[in-house]
Amino acid sequence: MSYSEAPASTYPVQSENPYGESRPVPVDPQGHVNVAPNERLASALIGVTLGWFALTKSDNNTGIRAPLAAFSSFLLYRSVTGNCPLYSALRTGTNGDTHSPSAVIPHGQGIRVEKAITIQKSATELYNFWRNFENLPRFMKHLEAVTVMDDTHSTWRAKAPMGQHVSWNAELIVDEPNQRIAWRSVEPMDIPNAGTVRFKELPAGRGTTVEVTLEYNPPAGMLGAMVAKLFGEEPGMQVEDDLRRFKQLMETGEISTNEGQSHGVQGHYKSPLGSDKDTKENP
Amino acid sequence: MKAVCWHGKNDMRVDNVPDPTIINDRDIIIRVTSTAICGSDLHIYNGYIPSMMAGDIVGHEFMGEIVETGKAITNLAKGDRVVIPFTIACGNCFFCKNDYFSCCDNSNPNAGIADKLYGFSPSGLFGYSHIYGGYAGGQAEYVRVPFADVGAFKVPDGLPDEKVLFLTDIFPTGYMAADNCGIKPGDTVAIWGCGPVGLFTIKSAFLLGAERVIAIDRFPERLQMAQNAGAEVLNYEKTSVIDELKARTGGMGPDHCIDAVGMEAHGHSPDHIMDKAMQLARLGTDRPHVLREAIMACRKAGTVSMPGVYGGFLDKIPFGAAFAKGLTFKMGQTHVHHYLPKLMEHVQEGRIDPSFLITHRLPLEDAPHGYKMFKEKTDNCIKVVLKP
Repeated sequence: MSYSEAPASTYPVQSENPYGESRPVPVDPQGHVNVAPNERLASALIGVTLGWFALTKSDNNTGIRAPLAAFSSFLLYRSVTGNCPLYSALRTGTNGDTHSPSAVIPHGQGIRVEKAITIQKSATELYNFWRNFENLPRFMKHLEAVTVMDDTHSTWRAKAPMGQHVSWNAELIVDEPNQRIAWRSVEPMDIPNAGTVRFKELPAGRGTTVEVTLEYNPPAGMLGAMVAKLFGEEPGMQVEDDLRRFKQLMETGEISTNEGQSHGVQGHYKSPLGSDKDTKENP
Repeated sequence: MKAVCWHGKNDMRVDNVPDPTIINDRDIIIRVTSTAICGSDLHIYNGYIPSMMAGDIVGHEFMGEIVETGKAITNLAKGDRVVIPFTIACGNCFFCKNDYFSCCDNSNPNAGIADKLYGFSPSGLFGYSHIYGGYAGGQAEYVRVPFADVGAFKVPDGLPDEKVLFLTDIFPTGYMAADNCGIKPGDTVAIWGCGPVGLFTIKSAFLLGAERVIAIDRFPERLQMAQNAGAEVLNYEKTSVIDELKARTGGMGPDHCIDAVGMEAHGHSPDHIMDKAMQLARLGTDRPHVLREAIMACRKAGTVSMPGVYGGFLDKIPFGAAFAKGLTFKMGQTHVHHYLPKLMEHVQEGRIDPSFLITHRLPLEDAPHGYKMFKEKTDNCIKVVLKP
């Protein structure tokens, strides 16, 4: 099935915003089913039990009735509707269904990053470089390696927070020369993810705008992403830095760095804004 | 090798550090033959520049001889004598292509930090904190120069170091400050600050056709040098600047006002006292006393030109006056690469001898003493040149 035939609501959804504003996926507005059937049953049973206790317990117990009632209502709600508000907020779920054959991340889940950068090169040059996925680790610092297997399949390996590694296979789903490339992970994959890059040449010799959309579904949803943020790996910043390096590579042939340069004995004194991160340029 | 390293407020030391190496293909390594201390180095010395780390090598006015070239360098060779602009520019981005070299998109490896502070990152600088790239500076025996195919400018034979060293920073800075005014025949230019940048601004204003230059400072030796350069002088400790400028320009005000002082302005007026108090309380970060005066003194529809340096936020700027008078503000870090060829030609043709303002020549090891002297303006110090 070609990309253009996929139902409109499926992934990857294109954004028309060219200014690179990163918008998190909104909390699931429709309350769709994100709790697995077995879990709904368990929720119902526990909810009814706790509800019974809440209603019948005498008031000897210190104010436990109200919280018990609240919790049981929560459990009953998620079992009856199939939508757990907590899962929605964390952008995760146990129901694992997708709404379309081409979506790799279930509806309402995952992290999405959109960034753009303008590069003084033609769309053709930029497309050609990006189209060979083996080039991506040269500027995407968290990618260790990409191996291209055939025209549409590749294997990717990336660094994850806390010294871990993740890998996945990917397939090309859109290839419009000099305009757009889209790919998504296929089994086996540690983290479901997908990406799109669009190349828009600007008039009057102003170069080409490169718009990247990346979506991924980290383990434990938003919680996983929050942990990553704590370790200084905020996804929006990563993509921004990657694009900056892509621009440097394309425009100047190299990536600016001061790693490995000379300096005096480094003491502990720093002026405001100085931090340990400053000595690790280009993490 | 030996290098001048920052270790805290008022603490510059000459450390023994590893020699620099080629890191990227467009790098070169030069052996420094002359290097100078800049007024903006004093902001680092005084602890006003954020994101400095102890051990950072400072210095951004330097020149020397090429000792090694990266693989991608074809227009330079070992042994070439070159001056290096203090701003690092790639030559290929939108800004470099439009001659806004100090706005280069690609030369700051820490662009992410600068983006957060300023919206978009300017170019990397040599030896000027991690926000500006964290590059090792040139007050050292050797320096690594990135994007050297764009930056390094070969010195014509027959010109000694002292005549060309200031093409790295202060001469183009003064020239751009004057150029930004759009000086027309008959114009009067008022320049606050007779330090090295102010002095080059005076000379540049005349080179660009100004009729009169009025220079403002309080130190006698600096006022004297300004006078030698052809300017009328005004001592702000003896007279009210705004009234005096109005009187001397027949009630019209100078056509262009240049703030060659920047964020560490000095003065005795109430607004200046407020600035100092705010700095101590860590509220405002810059002291724009001179900028306020320039705005008030400038004639209607005139230009206020600011070669710098400002770092953070300003408080209580008479913007109502600026608006009512329809002033034009022009400012920024110097686009050295844009001006270098023309200024080198001025030097070659003998129209200016930039060495006029050197007052002290010291070996590199005496840099700490040089900094102290330059800061306190003792011994009539105006410009210190270091020899590694």
